Amino acid sequence: MTNTRIFFVGGLMSFRAQFNWLNPWILVPALLVSPVAQILLFAYIGRAAGVGDDRFFVVGNALNYAAIPCMFAMTFAIAGERWGQTLGLVLATPARRLPLFLGRALPVIVTGWAVAVFGLVVGSLLLGVRIEVGAWPALVLAVTITSFSCTGLGLVMGAACLRIRDGATVGNIVFLLLLVFCGTNVALDDLPAWMAAVGEWLPLTHGIEAARGLAGGASLADVSDSLLRELLTGLAYGALGLATLGWMERDSRRRATLERM
Amino acid sequence: MTVDRVSARLRQLWLCYRLQLKILLISPFEGFLGIVFPLMFATATLMVYRVNGDQAAMAYAGLGAAVMGVWTSVTVSASTLLNRERWAGTLELLVAAPTPFSMVLIPITTAMATVGLVSVVVTLVWNRLVFGVRLEVESWPLFALGVLAATVTIAMFGFLLSVVAVRYRTAWALGASLEYPGWLLCGFVVPIALLPVVLHPISYALAPTWAVEAMRSAASGESPWGELGICLALGSAYAVLAAYLGVRLIDSARRNATLALT
Repeated sequence: MTNTRIFFVGGLMSFRAQFNWLNPWILVPALLVSPVAQILLFAYIGRAAGVGDDRFFVVGNALNYAAIPCMFAMTFAIAGERWGQTLGLVLATPARRLPLFLGRALPVIVTGWAVAVFGLVVGSLLLGVRIEVGAWPALVLAVTITSFSCTGLGLVMGAACLRIRDGATVGNIVFLLLLVFCGTNVALDDLPAWMAAVGEWLPLTHGIEAARGLAGGASLADVSDSLLRELLTGLAYGALGLATLGWMERDSRRRATLERM
Repeated sequence: MTVDRVSARLRQLWLCYRLQLKILLISPFEGFLGIVFPLMFATATLMVYRVNGDQAAMAYAGLGAAVMGVWTSVTVSASTLLNRERWAGTLELLVAAPTPFSMVLIPITTAMATVGLVSVVVTLVWNRLVFGVRLEVESWPLFALGVLAATVTIAMFGFLLSVVAVRYRTAWALGASLEYPGWLLCGFVVPIALLPVVLHPISYALAPTWAVEAMRSAASGESPWGELGICLALGSAYAVLAAYLGVRLIDSARRNATLALT
């Protein structure tokens, strides 16, 4: 019962606390305008280059942008405690770490999901991309799984921020790597082999692949392998993130660097 | 007397520019990321163009992609310029100083554009080494003039942006959201003719559009003077408008006692 309360109530409180900076004046330009602008940018680049079609770029970039809230909000949910000088208090509590940090992940997954779905809907409307009504439920599931796997990566970054002070810069660099390596704008087959091999081990890659298949008329069964790989990738990053959090916490206590700015 | 005043003004502009450039270059977010972020987007863009292997299209995109960094460095940083001073507690000091406020802002946004200039060089070298995009330029002096025009006019746009955002507390989000639309509307990597006609007036009202056109003209051996003239006229208009609005908005913030509110 206590763990359930920590998971839901603690997670919700942590998420609400972010609204001291994640207010509508930030939310609208950062999470609604920018993803649509990125979709339009690459869709027009694709048109100019004569590569792919608008649907290819709408799906790739909408899902790519799910990574922004998933990585940054997860990072700041943890690193923000340091800035608020409350990290020591959080880690001094006897609360179990699993519900404590996973509770913070849940609202982040929902945010990432909402951003990606918004990008898909608005991008499709603006560019005149037709996605069959019947494909949407499976597409929404693919977005959910992709948001989950990106949050796993966000957990790793949050843990790293117990040691690295400049989480915003690191977050942006990881976002750029996902943009280039995950087949967001160039299919894995067209990437150099070494880049495609790296992409196979990153979140997003298989989610984007599955979502493109679904938007193109494939059934859920057709893309189940890709979705399963995306899910497993997310679980692996999540497990790595939790393990790193534990390690960084112990190390920070030993070195007395927990709240060093 | 006049010579002394001009000399003092130039010294103030130079000191302000040099100090801000030092701050920006050691900042991981505005220095390092200001170069890497557009560089990676340029990479993603050229990777799309490379799929069909059209060398002419890649040269077109490679040249425009180089200027993306100037736009990023200025729009993202300039929108938060006054907020950073506000958070540091120095905004009131700057406003109260006898130096006109615009003379404080112009060297700062010019320093931001200079970081973008570094980005231009880095991106051109990157394009050559990674993608084999060779920059073939008929007239290097005119091409350099085009790059300079892009840098100066984007700095003036940043000046305007920093003033307009003075009462917007979370202006960094505004600056970040201008990044992609600017790259698209200015025709850096996509010909403007491909954009919907309704967007063309916005594209042609942006000075960097003309600067990039001037660079392309200089590179292909055509005369870039027409584009350069329009570019500099628009840049001057931004500066005049920003100076005018700057006085009005700062007066308003002082009257309402909102200057230091974070």
